[in-house]
Amino acid sequence: MSANSLSYNEQGGAESAVEVGLESTPTSSGAGAGAGAGFGLFSTDYKKNEDLREMLESTKESLKLEAMKRIVGLIARGKNASELFPAVVKNVASKNIELKKLVYVYLVRYAEEQQDLALLSISTFQRALKDPNQLIRASALRVLSSIRVPIIVPIMMLAIKEAATDLSPYVRKTAAHAIQKLYSLDADQKEQLIEVIEKLLKDKSTLVAGSVVMAFEEVCPDRIDLIHKNYRKLCNLLVDVEEWGQVVIISMLTRYARTQFISPWKEDGIFDENSEQAFYESDEEKLGTPQSKPYIMDPDHRLLLRNTKPLLQSRNTAVVMSVAQLYWHLAPKQEVGVITKSLVRLLRSHREVQYIVLQNIATMSIQQKGIFEPFMKSFYVRSTDPTHIKTLKLEILTNLANEANISTILREFQTYVKSQDKAFAAATIQAIGRCATNITDVTDTCLNGLVLLLSNRDETVVAESVVVIKKLLQTQPTQHSEIIKHMAKLFDNITVPMARASILWLIGEYCERVPKIAPDVLRKMAKTFTVEEDIVKLQTVNLAAKLYLTNSKQTKLLTQYILNLGKYDQSYDIRDRTRFIRQLIVPNEKSGALSKYARRILLASKPAPMLESTFKDRDRFQLGTLSHTINSKATGYLELSDWPTAAPDSSVRNVEVMEPVKEWVPSMGKTKPLKSDDKFYSDSGEEEGAGEEGTGSSSEDSSSSSSSSSSNEESDSESEDKNSKHSEETDSSQSDKSSGHSDKKKADKKKRLQLKKKAKKAAPKESDSEDEGRKGKAARTGGSSNSSQASGSSETSTGSDSDSSSEPDTDSDSGTDQKKNPAKPKVKGEQKPKKEISLLDLDDFSPAPVASNKSSILSPSLLSDLEGLSLSSTPPAIQVSSPVFVPMSSHELLHRMTGKGLAAQYHFPRQPCIYGNKMVSVQLTLTNSSDHTLEDISIGEKTSSGQNIHRFSSIERLEPGASVTVSMGIDFNDSTQAANFQLCTKEDQFSVSIQPVVGELFLPVTMTEQDFRKEQGKLQGMNETSATITMAPENTSNQALSKKMVSVANMGVVPTGEDSLYRFAAKSVSSGDLVLVSVDLTDSSSGRLTINTEKTVIGSMLLRDLKTALAQP
Amino acid sequence: MIHSLFLVNSSGDIFLEKHWKSVVSRSVCDYFFEAQERASEPENVPPVIPTPHHYLISVLRHRIYFVAVIQSEVPPLFVIEFLHRVVDTFQDYFGLCTEAAIKDNVVVVYELLEEMLDNGFPLATESNILKELIKPPTILRTVVNTITGSTNVGEQLPTGQLSVVPWRRTGVKYTNNEAYFDVVEEIDAIIDKSGSTITAEIQGVIDACVKLTGMPDLTLSFMNPRLLDDVSFHPCVRFKRWEAERILSFIPPDGNFRLLSYHVSSQNLVAIPVYVKHNITFREGSSQGRFELTLGPKQTMGKAVESVLVSSQLPRGVLNANLNASQGTYTFDPVTKLLTWDVGKINPQKLPSLKGSMSLQAGASKPDENPTIIIQFKIQQMAISGLKVNRLDMYGEKYKPFKGIKYMTKAGKFQVRT
Repeated sequence: MSANSLSYNEQGGAESAVEVGLESTPTSSGAGAGAGAGFGLFSTDYKKNEDLREMLESTKESLKLEAMKRIVGLIARGKNASELFPAVVKNVASKNIELKKLVYVYLVRYAEEQQDLALLSISTFQRALKDPNQLIRASALRVLSSIRVPIIVPIMMLAIKEAATDLSPYVRKTAAHAIQKLYSLDADQKEQLIEVIEKLLKDKSTLVAGSVVMAFEEVCPDRIDLIHKNYRKLCNLLVDVEEWGQVVIISMLTRYARTQFISPWKEDGIFDENSEQAFYESDEEKLGTPQSKPYIMDPDHRLLLRNTKPLLQSRNTAVVMSVAQLYWHLAPKQEVGVITKSLVRLLRSHREVQYIVLQNIATMSIQQKGIFEPFMKSFYVRSTDPTHIKTLKLEILTNLANEANISTILREFQTYVKSQDKAFAAATIQAIGRCATNITDVTDTCLNGLVLLLSNRDETVVAESVVVIKKLLQTQPTQHSEIIKHMAKLFDNITVPMARASILWLIGEYCERVPKIAPDVLRKMAKTFTVEEDIVKLQTVNLAAKLYLTNSKQTKLLTQYILNLGKYDQSYDIRDRTRFIRQLIVPNEKSGALSKYARRILLASKPAPMLESTFKDRDRFQLGTLSHTINSKATGYLELSDWPTAAPDSSVRNVEVMEPVKEWVPSMGKTKPLKSDDKFYSDSGEEEGAGEEGTGSSSEDSSSSSSSSSSNEESDSESEDKNSKHSEETDSSQSDKSSGHSDKKKADKKKRLQLKKKAKKAAPKESDSEDEGRKGKAARTGGSSNSSQASGSSETSTGSDSDSSSEPDTDSDSGTDQKKNPAKPKVKGEQKPKKEISLLDLDDFSPAPVASNKSSILSPSLLSDLEGLSLSSTPPAIQVSSPVFVPMSSHELLHRMTGKGLAAQYHFPRQPCIYGNKMVSVQLTLTNSSDHTLEDISIGEKTSSGQNIHRFSSIERLEPGASVTVSMGIDFNDSTQAANFQLCTKEDQFSVSIQPVVGELFLPVTMTEQDFRKEQGKLQGMNETSATITMAPENTSNQALSKKMVSVANMGVVPTGEDSLYRFAAKSVSSGDLVLVSVDLTDSSSGRLTINTEKTVIGSMLLRDLKTALAQP
Repeated sequence: MIHSLFLVNSSGDIFLEKHWKSVVSRSVCDYFFEAQERASEPENVPPVIPTPHHYLISVLRHRIYFVAVIQSEVPPLFVIEFLHRVVDTFQDYFGLCTEAAIKDNVVVVYELLEEMLDNGFPLATESNILKELIKPPTILRTVVNTITGSTNVGEQLPTGQLSVVPWRRTGVKYTNNEAYFDVVEEIDAIIDKSGSTITAEIQGVIDACVKLTGMPDLTLSFMNPRLLDDVSFHPCVRFKRWEAERILSFIPPDGNFRLLSYHVSSQNLVAIPVYVKHNITFREGSSQGRFELTLGPKQTMGKAVESVLVSSQLPRGVLNANLNASQGTYTFDPVTKLLTWDVGKINPQKLPSLKGSMSLQAGASKPDENPTIIIQFKIQQMAISGLKVNRLDMYGEKYKPFKGIKYMTKAGKFQVRT
């Protein structure tokens, strides 16, 4: 196959093409649709792949579609169609939706191989991402994220971030899928992706839940802290999530629950399945005294069990299995029974499903046979079952055997033993052996039954029986001389070597019990010794040795004879053994002390072999996983942790809204604000009463209540803060707006914010009320004074304004970053004096535990964001400086041949443009290389690309051979899009374009290290791009690195105190956004390059440029 | 999750491949072929095969192996269930899921696979949604598309994808509003030599064909819901209502779907509708064996037992069978040693029988075990468990639908050990 496709690719020659043509015939005729026309038309010159190209380049949709269909046919059969890439990719913007989809299929398949060409399609997707049709937006994101080209990582990142806030849940779902794709493409993006995941986890749409949890599992399964706040929501949504999502969520929640709840597998537990009262009301009481009470299940633990139970009724076998494993790993032992019925039901499904389910039942039935016993008959084997199903059923039946049912099982086994499937019959015999050892009552019956089997005609059955009998006798060696005698009698008829060897071993081992028979068997063996298999020979030697020790009178000669035979055997194993045995048992002067112990060595009592299930050790793996099925650790398997000994703080799951169930019931929305309206100004105790059941009660003494109450108080204070904010808004809307801006990216704690919004709306606007004013201030300062975390929460609450407002709003903020700084001190100034007054009031309920776990959910970037904010009381001193380095290289604008003698070159002087502060200055050098004078050289009026260009004043005449340098200004608008314009002479017009290097779009700035850090703190999260770099050895020195950096981009060097850290700063010419670059050398040749800027596109392009520059010597 | 999918036919050729992440070379299937060679029967290929870098999870349907390539931990049932769902979808689209059908519709297959998985995670598996995205190929549509240039691919996001009832599309219109329900029960039983029942259970399903306009809300109640021991529902059934009132309340998907499957456990006594009298003997030393088989009805509540088909895998030593059927026709395949007897309907007055002799390989010893007899049959208008639908009501729409309920009992895995 591969040889075929190879020749097909490389030559495209007649021979292989014919074959292709023939092969695609059924495809195209079957694919139908537009086939008729296209196929008929081109059937004559159809012999080459060329025709597909032609069809793709034709103007007719139907032809294109037909060509694409045939190409997809090629892909499906694994043929290489990559050479058509350029022709296909042109159609990516087609209006015909089917054509477009097929092009997508093609693109995703081959983009990885043809990265450069694939980039041509990116802009189409970027446009489609803004399409009003959500299906188109989603599919554009799907394809964009499926194109595995590392260079578009930043574009993907942007698209994902945007899609994560899309109004359509379907698009958000696609974004969740794209997260995993981006992560697998570039693991460096992890931190940013986690932020998106965090955001999406808060999504209340059932459509998104499954996909985002999948992304969570893939990207950051260890960030269990992200789940806390969403735990109850996920539990409650679970039933409505689509079935595939259910599987993923359930397995994630299983892991979560194992880390967060204490083990229910203790005796004297109390289970409160139906006492609704106990769930939430007595929460804090339970936690207060966990030791004194026996065991009471955490209400959240119960919630999970209760909400997953209905899913046992799912039609999807994977869902049923995952609920079953959840119950197995999390439920109290006496509740596990509910899963059995459902698991047994799955046995009706396809054979593959049976296989997996039976495996899991086999593992379960070892530990808890009781729960499956009533369903024993469901595991009876049918003659039509495939062998692996049969053996699994046998395994389970053996596990289920006990005194009561053993007779039934054995009767069933009798039928199996006679099965035509001999492998299965042999497995049955082993199973009988296991039953016999486990249940002592039936050992004799089993032995007798097995002895009967010894006369079976089938060798495998006999052999297996002998082996099992041997094992059984070893466990109970006392009484069974009869059986040994019987076996000795059968010995002549048994031909299977393993069985013969087993019998010999048995006789040797118990030779004292059968003193008459043993020597006779040895005599027979001596006759046939030479024709026996090796394994039989070894046992014969063994037998001889043992008999020699116990009964040397009768067997001395026989033994010597056998040892002599063995001495000259062909197999060295046997020669070795014979030599060894001879030295051991025959006393002579050479054999030392060892022969004294010969008897103790050979006739030592041997431990009985254990007959155990092969599924014994499977329980180390989580049930239902791939690892469990293959009984070894699969890649990416996540261990199920042991139960914690002490329950972790359960208040982390408290969400300061209402009970999650109510959140998405619209009717509840109305009642809530009313409540909070009443209690709005009341103290914490009362507020809690109004809050959801989960947060506990008003009792102040118990620690848990104080923590939950304080957290509630905090939210309370925040809403107060919010409210006072609102009142402030009336007198200084300016300041409010500015602080709103500053927080625009913190989309944290949406739920809380929503509550606050509701509360805000409900609260009467008594903005002049003195009481409220005081409270508002108190809350604010309490929030910001203690710790940055607390200030974080208050800040985020202020951020709610911008958050709730529409997305474009926040987008437009980007340009105003600089302007907002002057406004800020004003706000801070107002706050500061109040701090001291109210600090004391709030100390009482300043929430230590809650604050600490807050910090864990605040993303680091947010933290530093806030740090930056609180410090930036004065605008940093950032000044545009002169360029550190001006590269002299110039680029060709117009070649003298095309310019009919006029040649033009340009270079970037890196000076602030004198024509406009948003322009980049460019120097043009015009040379007349013709033999006549050129007149009226100027730039044409029309510019095709829409940039604002400041033209140089027209040059009246340029003598032959002379050159002139003029400067102009171009506003590139902070993009690397080329500026196209026309260079005119008196006679001619030449279209030229200046393509700026990204590094030239900056102006260097100087700032202090402190300012740099501060600014960097503001530009984290999505504004940060970073990459690991490897550097050419030449660039590692201090000087060289700086030189390299500033030559690539027009940046200023920021002095640093650290050795291995280099910092550079610039601002973009057009918008004035800061661009901060830092290089952190980890060792001599590699390091980390980080760029912080609001212009993420520029940032990532710069990153790429710098990375390549540093890698080159 | 699912990395790639390979479709392998019975002769071991990969005839379709699809990758959702980066391309996995088809040489990974060599491990599968190895396992296939080791297995004596096609069914014996293990569903999960670990290889050094990947894991192969396969299902066998319609003599095609669907081999999924997995790279990291994932619940195997998740993959298996999905693969079966893929096969069901193909069947739904093309009528039957054969190699030829897949090859003929390779473009639709590709479009479907593209929609069903994104990056290896299931995206849309609900048939209603898929059919809105990609219309099933019909002759009429093919012709229309050729003329008008329109396509099979929908342009709008299917309404189901976003609604709370993803299984139903909006704007359904029918001139004849009808809802049919088939209660089909299968008896799984093992009968031993002496004719006593070793194990018997009833597995039932209710398949529905609902063609109703708008958004109807149906309730279905049973005369004797307690019979149902263990149930699994289509996602449309409201579980709470069932828990509380034992009533099936649901907004049905459009078209054919399986509403419910249930289990009547072996604890209840199961009526066995047929009996078998058999006498199959092989004598030691002789190359002849006797074969006698008589079928008769039992506990059928007066309904006729139809479409009876008896099959048996005779021992390997049997060379040929010379039999005489009182009714129907029999065939014996000397290669596979499979004896099948197409009986048809059982007439209680004149019981069908199959008698004659078998010739054995000369000198071969007598087979240890008598063959197992597998019986298939159908009984119309009866649910063997006695389950009865009480009534079907419709809310939410004004018109009066035509309702119909049909009962049937079939043999499931019905085996008689001799």
